[in-house]
Amino acid sequence: MSKKSKNKNYSEINEQPETAGTKFKALKAAFPITIPVLTGYLFLGMGYGILMNRIGYGLGWISLMSFLIFAGSIQYVAIALLTSAFNPLYTLFLTLMVNARHLFYGISMLERYKGAGRLKPYLIFGLTDETFSILSTMEAPEGVEARWFHFFVTLLNHGYWVAGSVLGSILGAALCFNTKGLDFVLTALFTVIFIDQWKDTKNHVPALIGLGAALVCLLILGQDNFLIPAMVLILFLLTVFRKRIEKEGRS
Amino acid sequence: MMLTPVQTLITIAALVVGTATTRVLPFLIFPPNKPTPAFVLYLGRMLPYAVIGFLIVFCLKGVTVMSAPYGLPEAMAILCILVLHLWKGSILVSIGGGTAIYMLLVQHVFL
Repeated sequence: MSKKSKNKNYSEINEQPETAGTKFKALKAAFPITIPVLTGYLFLGMGYGILMNRIGYGLGWISLMSFLIFAGSIQYVAIALLTSAFNPLYTLFLTLMVNARHLFYGISMLERYKGAGRLKPYLIFGLTDETFSILSTMEAPEGVEARWFHFFVTLLNHGYWVAGSVLGSILGAALCFNTKGLDFVLTALFTVIFIDQWKDTKNHVPALIGLGAALVCLLILGQDNFLIPAMVLILFLLTVFRKRIEKEGRS
Repeated sequence: MMLTPVQTLITIAALVVGTATTRVLPFLIFPPNKPTPAFVLYLGRMLPYAVIGFLIVFCLKGVTVMSAPYGLPEAMAILCILVLHLWKGSILVSIGGGTAIYMLLVQHVFL
C-alpha cells in the first residue's frame, strides 16, 4: 500500500475506502511543511486586514474576501480598487492580468491532480503561489494518500490566510509595533524555495530563464507593464531551448 | 467605505471570477481523459523552476535601484537569507532571520 500511495498518478488508489485514519495521516504530514506559509500568510493576511480596516471595511467584509478570493497579490491591489470609482469590468480585467501566472501553475499540476476526484475543484480553487510552490516540489510521504495530502496543504493555507486577515482586522489601528518591511516575508519564502530548487537539480536553465526574463522585462517596461510580457518571454525561451533543457534534464 | 455594499459585492464577484478563471482554465483545456500534449507536459515540468525566479522579481518590482537606498536593504536581506539557508538549512530560520534583518534595515538603517 505504501508503494502505491507514492505513485504520482493516484487514480488506482481512488477506490480505497476513506477512513478517518487516512485523513489524519495526511493532515499530520501536511502541517509541518506548511509552517513557512503559516508565518507568511499570518503576516501578509494581518497586513491586509489592517489596510482594509483603514479604508472602512469591517471583519465581515474582510473575512468574506479572504475566504472567497484567496489570492494575496490581487487582494492587495483590490484595496486601491475599492477606494476608487466603481468599475467591475476594469477589476475583472486587472484580476485576469495579475493572476495570469496561475495558468502556469495549472499546467504544472495537471498530472498531479489527475484522479483527485471530488477534491479536485477545491484543489484548483486554492492553487495560490504558496500552495503551488509547496505541492509542485514535494511528494506526499510514503504511506500517505497523495490527494488528501494535497487537500490538507491547501486547506491549511486557506485557513492561515483567512485567520491572518481576521486577526489584522481585529487589531486594526491598535497595533503598536512598526510593521514596515514585514511584507518581505513573501520575498524571503520564494528566495528559500529558489535556493532549494537550485540545490535539487543540475539543470539551472529554467530557473535562470524565469529570473532573467522577469528582470529584463521589469527593467525595460516598468512595474506596471512587465507581468504579461515576462510570462510570454518565459514561454518563448522555454520553447526555444526545449531540446537543450530536456537533454540536460536526462543527464 | 467609498463604494456601496452592492458595488462592493459586485467588485468582489469580479475578483473571484477573475481569479477562479485563471486557476481553472488549464484543467478545462486539458481534461484528464484526453492525452495532454507532450509540449504542455514539458512546460508543466519546467515552469515550477522558472516561476519561482519570476515571483522573486514580482515581489521586488517596487524596489528603487536608481535612487537611495539603491535596493541595498533588499540585496543585503537576500544575501543574509542565502547565507542562513546554506548554513543552517532551516526554512524557518532563513525566512524569519531574513525578514527580521530586512525590517531592521528599512526601519533603523535606511530611513
